[in-house]
Amino acid sequence: MGFPHKSHARETPLLTRHFGEEEARTLDGWKKRGGYQALEKALAMTPAEIIDIVKESGLRGRGGAGFPTGMKWSFMKPGDGKPHYLCCNADESEPGTFKDREVMRWTPHALVEGCAIGAYAIGAETTYIYIRGEFTEPLVWMDRAIREAYDAGILGANAMGTGKRIDMYVHKGAGAYICGEETALMNSLEGQRGNPRIKPPFPAVSGVFGQPTTINNVETLAAVPEIIMKGAAWYKGMSLSNPKSTGTKLYSVCGNIRYPGTYEVLMGFPFGEFLHDVCGGALDGRKLKAVIPGGASVPIQTMEEAEATLMDYEGFVAQGSMLGSGGVIVIDDKQSMVRVIARLARFFAHESCAQCTQCREGTAWTTKILERIRDGQGTMEDLDTLLDLADLMTGTTICVLSDSCAVPVVSGIKKFRPEFEALIHGKRVHPVLSAVA
Amino acid sequence: MAERKMVNLTIEGRPVSVPEGTSILEAAKAVGILIPHYCYHPGLPVAGVCRMCLVEVEKAPKLAPSCATSVAEGQIVHVHTERALEARKGVLEFLLINHPLDCPICDQSGECELQDYTYQEGRADSRYRDPKRFNPVEDFGGDVLYVPNRCILCTRCVRFMDDVAHDTVLNVSERGDRALIGKFEGKDLTHAWAGNVVDLCPVGALLSKDFLNKARAWELDRAASICPSCTQGCNITIETRDNSVARLKPRPNEDVNKFFMCDYGRLNYRWMNRTDRAESPLVRTEGALGSIDWDVAIHAAASLLRERKVLVLASPRLSNEALYLLSKLIEGNGGAGAFRVATGDEAPLPGVEDLALRRDRAANVRGAELFGFERTDRPLAKLGDGDVLIIADDDLEGIAAEELSRAAQVIVIGTTLPEAAREAAVLLPVTNFAEEEGTFTNLRGRVQRFMQAKPAPGLARPSWLVLGDLLGALGKQDGFYLPSDVFTRIAESHPAFSGLSYDSLGMRGLPVLESDARTRTRMGEGLGMGQEATR
Amino acid sequence: MGGVESPDMAAHDSPAHGKPHVPVFSGAVRGELDELLTRYPTKMAALLPAFWIVQRERGWVSEDSMAEVAGLLELTPAYVKGVVTFYTMYHQHPVPKYFIQVCTTSPCGICGAEDVVRSLLRHTGAAELGVPSADNRFAVIEVECLGACGFATPIMINEEFIESVTPENVPDILKRLG
Repeated sequence: MGFPHKSHARETPLLTRHFGEEEARTLDGWKKRGGYQALEKALAMTPAEIIDIVKESGLRGRGGAGFPTGMKWSFMKPGDGKPHYLCCNADESEPGTFKDREVMRWTPHALVEGCAIGAYAIGAETTYIYIRGEFTEPLVWMDRAIREAYDAGILGANAMGTGKRIDMYVHKGAGAYICGEETALMNSLEGQRGNPRIKPPFPAVSGVFGQPTTINNVETLAAVPEIIMKGAAWYKGMSLSNPKSTGTKLYSVCGNIRYPGTYEVLMGFPFGEFLHDVCGGALDGRKLKAVIPGGASVPIQTMEEAEATLMDYEGFVAQGSMLGSGGVIVIDDKQSMVRVIARLARFFAHESCAQCTQCREGTAWTTKILERIRDGQGTMEDLDTLLDLADLMTGTTICVLSDSCAVPVVSGIKKFRPEFEALIHGKRVHPVLSAVA
Repeated sequence: MAERKMVNLTIEGRPVSVPEGTSILEAAKAVGILIPHYCYHPGLPVAGVCRMCLVEVEKAPKLAPSCATSVAEGQIVHVHTERALEARKGVLEFLLINHPLDCPICDQSGECELQDYTYQEGRADSRYRDPKRFNPVEDFGGDVLYVPNRCILCTRCVRFMDDVAHDTVLNVSERGDRALIGKFEGKDLTHAWAGNVVDLCPVGALLSKDFLNKARAWELDRAASICPSCTQGCNITIETRDNSVARLKPRPNEDVNKFFMCDYGRLNYRWMNRTDRAESPLVRTEGALGSIDWDVAIHAAASLLRERKVLVLASPRLSNEALYLLSKLIEGNGGAGAFRVATGDEAPLPGVEDLALRRDRAANVRGAELFGFERTDRPLAKLGDGDVLIIADDDLEGIAAEELSRAAQVIVIGTTLPEAAREAAVLLPVTNFAEEEGTFTNLRGRVQRFMQAKPAPGLARPSWLVLGDLLGALGKQDGFYLPSDVFTRIAESHPAFSGLSYDSLGMRGLPVLESDARTRTRMGEGLGMGQEATR
Repeated sequence: MGGVESPDMAAHDSPAHGKPHVPVFSGAVRGELDELLTRYPTKMAALLPAFWIVQRERGWVSEDSMAEVAGLLELTPAYVKGVVTFYTMYHQHPVPKYFIQVCTTSPCGICGAEDVVRSLLRHTGAAELGVPSADNRFAVIEVECLGACGFATPIMINEEFIESVTPENVPDILKRLG
């Protein structure tokens, strides 16, 4: 069972294997576990060699989009005379997702090491680790790890005695989901509102401070030292399914599940077994009804779809959803899907940056309609309106927050329509909790 | 300058060729297609946030925001396909869900892009059934009032203050549907050019306090004109209601003022509506000024001028035409011309090169100089005993009646009879700038036309006509039936203006030959190019 | 538990008008900002960190402190205010000694977060969300996903992050605060 529980036999703990070990959080403890050997090895290679290994490993972005990491790094033109930047996206805010939090809490040096290798590979002297402000504990641990690394000469003007400069700073967010979007993160880092930017230009051309920038997720960067140490072929071989999905993946499992926590399994692991066996299945006396497998922004799966899924980038798509961030929200038969979806819509409405019309107005309107239905005041026309709004909110804005709000609405109405209709027709199929506010 | 590569594409079936880097929205304009938009403005950096300008580009998976999408070779763009229309209809519906729909009491009504595009492409009804958000009206300082309930968050105002005025006093505050335009307490829209945010606002969210509840947009008559308040020569539109000037608005001119005008010029129009005007020619007989018809008055004035040395005190607010004709009055009699200028602080608009509220607060200082008038603080210094003094639209502010006593005769050609000139022999009442047409020469030597915006009071006549008749009566020049006749004569006789005509000036103007180096040569700005400049 | 307390109310910026603003950035705190400025190629980039310092020192972010930061970072107060209001973690008004934020987004919502909210309201004596308790020691608000969904229900009391809160253990948590 994933952290905070003991590791399950069917897991493949790679990034999670030191979770829960107090000592692993310190530099000495980390070194004892083989830490910083990968960085030493990497600094002896050329950046191009590192990028080739990462390309070959098949590592893809773990933040949600799944873009091949090595290819992203190769977009950074060496010797262009401009300062390059690496940004580590630790603004983990996708509802249902808390894996990066655990990486930073338990193995902060894994991230420092991964960032240092990444920075060297893309020719960046400066790395910013953008951590959401609510992550008070990870912030403390990352600060401490970076300070230790500086004190030990691992970071700084003469990183590990190689004469190479690797600077690393933690940048604390201040409460904005949208800053997890890479261009919004860059704006926020620059001291602006966290408004996503229009692309192009892409970050590799003009990113933070207008300079070439690479943005990688925490889990992605933390996996890099392992790949450097054990090789691309080893990592590539770790897949039960698709050659395009390699390595292990962290899943944060939450909601109505027996053992919520952070799990690590190989790409292609059967999702049904994962939920019922590895995560312990439903709580006593309840039955699982639906799963949102990749954080709040991906389509809701029915249990039939979930149980037929192989857990990788392609497998989730084949069963009507997406791998996303690996935030698995499990919903059981005690829950009203309308309540779940209405609350998600409220989340997106709260977090919309206000730039694009469809998002600013659409997320709020969608929320109002859903809450009306939830409270028994909806009409059948409202369902049509919701679907139409979702259509208007999809693919029409600068970033995908608006699309993300539409996703649970569309998949929810499509797959759980009777629940909506029952509320509209006054038949309450679920015990309605009195609203708090 | 390096030639920019041209890109060929098709928009709504029409072939277009535009320089590389042009947006689809601008390319469409070039072939007469207006893609609906709110946040885009050619004078501001692209924001791409209203999502109103979505169009369909063949082979692209998503609709493209045409303001933020550059043209590409071979691109095929559809503006009016069902998909694009549905998306824009959706944007309009979204924009209206929290909008109060208070057009009947909104100043913007009739010139509101939210109205226009909703009529053009929007839904007839709304599906919104929930309460609307409400925020109170806020005084932004300066001339600007903010009505947040009507705001569509296009951020044109924020971008103008930030990127053009370089005075970031506006922001977007909060986020989601709680967002609104904000400012910091105690920091108002006091920038000399801040009023432009009212023009830039595509809806009724930013209003001019000066114009508040004064008129409906459709009641206004409009005339193309030039701002008379400084030497910059910003192109403007004079908007009148019931023959009274209600407001001044900037008129785009890429070479002079882009899309903007300053608050000083914008609000300096009340004098155009003065009603205490000289409405009839007056001639002094037996010690008293008496009303008389124009022919008699002209001949009375001419008889005073014959065989006399003439000093003309002219206003630099007069047109080139009037100043030219005035200069003819001193020709051959040893006379002189002088003018004086009110001044104030210069206030540049930093985001636009060579655009400022200029120190000299009159439109035609350059014209007055070109026609040989001498700028002076002591305008009557050259007035000799026995000279005839012509006061042409100078208000004689700060000049005492006694100072005029050296003159044998005083002739006033003006809109009123100044107190200091109460002993004048003849008053020839003329129209003010808003009541006549003509041209000004701005500080860079650009000649620009202005049109008549309202009728003349009483018997007052345009200054060019009065002066033309006067010269005719003196046997000096004749045959001016239109202001363009005067301008033609200027172009024929005055080397600085040679080759120019009302036609070639168009509504954007052209530089005179002897102006400074920044102006282009006459050859490149000939008749043919003049047409292009009016686009 | 001293670490979770915000500074004494006496040290807070007073919202009352007319009182002169005592600069936040002087002495050692100014030094802290100067060090931050070395991390970024622009002064503006120190904006978010600067307001974390302001909030740590004063408990909230007043308009006066926005003007102060604007001056230090060569920005306008209006710009700074636009940025500050974007981020929900900066308090734009003074908050009670214990500011309690409860995650109620769907993953926690289906694990009983609303019951936790009710329990917190009952035991702090706060009449409703966002309204300080009668003794002005507590305020409870709902927040969006705190990113600890596997530890439902997480709450934050000032800067302290507490996992796995249930309606039942709320009294113990509050007792710890003293």
